[in-house]
Amino acid sequence: MINDSNRDKTLGETLREQGISRRSFLKFCATTASMMALSPAMIPKIAHALENARRPSVIWLSFQECTGCTESLTRAHTTTIESLIFDFISLDYHHTLQAASGHAAEQARETAMEENYGKYLLIVDGSIPMDNPGYSTIAGISNYDMLMDTAKGAAAIVAVGTCAAYGGIPHAKPNPTGAVSVGDLIKDKPIINVPGCPPIPVVITGTLMQFLTFGSLPELDHIGRPKAFYGKSIHDRCYRRPFYDKGLFAETFDDEGAKKGWCLYKLGCKGPTTYNACATTKWNDGTSFPIEAGHPCLGCSEPDFWDGGSFYKALSMPTENITRTVIYTAAGAAAAGVALGAMNRHKKNQAVATHNRTSIDDLKK
Amino acid sequence: MSEIEFLNWVRGPGFQIAIIIFVAGVIIRFAEILLLGRKPNLAEAKGSEMRGGLCTIVSRSFPDKNTFQRSAFTEVSGWIFHGGLFITIFLFAPHILMFKDIIGFGWPALPTPVIDAMTVVTIIALLAILVHRINNRALRFISTKEDYFVWLITILPLITGYLAFHRIGMTAPTLLAIHILSVELLMVIFPFTKLMHAFTITLSRWYNGAISGYRGVES
Repeated sequence: MINDSNRDKTLGETLREQGISRRSFLKFCATTASMMALSPAMIPKIAHALENARRPSVIWLSFQECTGCTESLTRAHTTTIESLIFDFISLDYHHTLQAASGHAAEQARETAMEENYGKYLLIVDGSIPMDNPGYSTIAGISNYDMLMDTAKGAAAIVAVGTCAAYGGIPHAKPNPTGAVSVGDLIKDKPIINVPGCPPIPVVITGTLMQFLTFGSLPELDHIGRPKAFYGKSIHDRCYRRPFYDKGLFAETFDDEGAKKGWCLYKLGCKGPTTYNACATTKWNDGTSFPIEAGHPCLGCSEPDFWDGGSFYKALSMPTENITRTVIYTAAGAAAAGVALGAMNRHKKNQAVATHNRTSIDDLKK
Repeated sequence: MSEIEFLNWVRGPGFQIAIIIFVAGVIIRFAEILLLGRKPNLAEAKGSEMRGGLCTIVSRSFPDKNTFQRSAFTEVSGWIFHGGLFITIFLFAPHILMFKDIIGFGWPALPTPVIDAMTVVTIIALLAILVHRINNRALRFISTKEDYFVWLITILPLITGYLAFHRIGMTAPTLLAIHILSVELLMVIFPFTKLMHAFTITLSRWYNGAISGYRGVES
C-alpha cells in the first residue's frame, strides 16, 4: 500500500520513483503480453496504457482462508515489477496487511466504497460460511453480509484462490461450515476466478494488468478463469509429458524413474485434469513448480480437488476401497447364486414330478 | 455438478455401483448355470470327457480351412477386435494401475503409442463388423436390438478413451469422466447380455468338447 499523497500519480510516475528503468518496464510489458497470448503489436499500447493508468481502488476481503493467497501475492523476498504494480493499486482495505484495525479499518472500507462507488475492484479470498454466520466474522459482521454489502458498488470481483473461486478446502466434504464460493452468491457482477492453492502471483498481476490496461476483464473459460492462464492443462505444458507418451513412469518417489525425471502419473499426478499456468510461469521467480520438484500435481486450481480421494492415487484408480467391495459382493452373490440354483433345481424336480405322461391309449380317446 | 465432481463421482460411488452389479451378476449367473445340473449319461464312456472338453476350449478359436474360406471376414475382424480389446484393456499402463489397486498386483504395460494405434485398429474393426452385419442379409436377419446395443456399449469405451487420451472436443476432466462412465455402463450390462460370453465361452466349449470326448469322437 502507498500513502494518500501518491493517490493521483500514474503507474509510470510510481515506477520511475521506484527506480525502474523504461527498458525493464517494456520487458515486463512484453512478457505479460506474451503470457496473455496478445499480439506483440499490443506491447506499446499496454505500456502506454499502464504508464498513464491511475490508481484503481481495490478492496480485499478475506473470509474462510489461510492467508496463503496473500502470502503468495505479497511475498517480498525480492522486489519485482509485478509486486510494484501490486503496490501501485490503492489497496484501501486488507485486514491482514493494513495498519488500521477495528472501527478504523472498517471505516477505510466504507470510505473507499463511497468514494469509488461503481468503480472499485473487489478481491476476495476465502469461502463464505452459510451454515452459521458465527463461523467467520470480521468486526462483528458476517462474511456473507460483508461480501454482499461490498459487492454492490464493485466494478468487478476477483475471486483469488480456490476457496473464494470454488469453495476450496472449507467446502471439502463434509463441508462443516456450509462453505460456498463467491460465484455461488453473486450473480449480477462480473467475477474472475483466479484459483490455486495458492494462485500464482503473476496470474493475479496479469489479471489486474488487463483491467488497468484495457479497462475490461480478460476472456474467461467455462468456470470463470482467465483463459490466458488457465487455457491449457498442466499435463499439456509439462516438460515430463514425453515420458507419459512413451509410457515411462516413476513407480516410487526414489526409484530410477524418479531420478531420471519420468512422468509422475502413477504417483497420483492430477496434471492431466488440472488447468493452470504452473508449468509455464512456474513459482519463486520462475525457479520451478511442484512437478519439477518431483511431486505430483494435486490439482489445486480445480473445484473439489480435495474430494478426489488420495493425492497419491493415479487418476485411473477408483477413489474408494474396491477390493473390499468386491470381496463382500462376491460372498453375498455366491450365497444368492446357491439359493437361486437350489430354487431352480427344486422347480425342475417339481416339474418332473408333476409331469403327466401321455400314452397312445390317451390319444386314442 | 462441476466436471471434477462428475469425475470424482465416476471414480468413487459410480465405480462402486458398477463393480457390485458386475461381480454379483457374473457370480449369480455362473452359479445358476452350474447348479442346474445335467442328466447322468448312462452310456459307456469311449473316451475322456476332460480331454475332449479342454481341447475344444482352445481348438474352437482356430477355424478349419473350410470355415475360414467361408467366413474369412468374420474370422479376421473378430480376431482383430478381440485382440485389440484385450490389449487396450489389459496392457495400457493406467488400466493396469486400476487392476493393481483392486487385485493387488500388476503386470508390464505396452508402450503408450502401441495402445493408441491398437485403439484405432479396434475401432475400425468394430465399425467394419457393424457394416458387415447390416449388409449381410443372413446376419441382418438374425440380429436383434440387443446385438446392436451391445456393439454400441463395446465401442463406446474405445472411442471415449481415444478422445480422453488425445483430449479432443471437451475439457480433460469431462472426457476422462465420460470414458470411465462408459466403462461402468459396460460393466453394468455385462452379466445380463451376450457380453457374458467372455466368461461362459469356456463352459460352453468345454461342454461341447466333453460330449464328443465321452463318445470317443473328435469335437
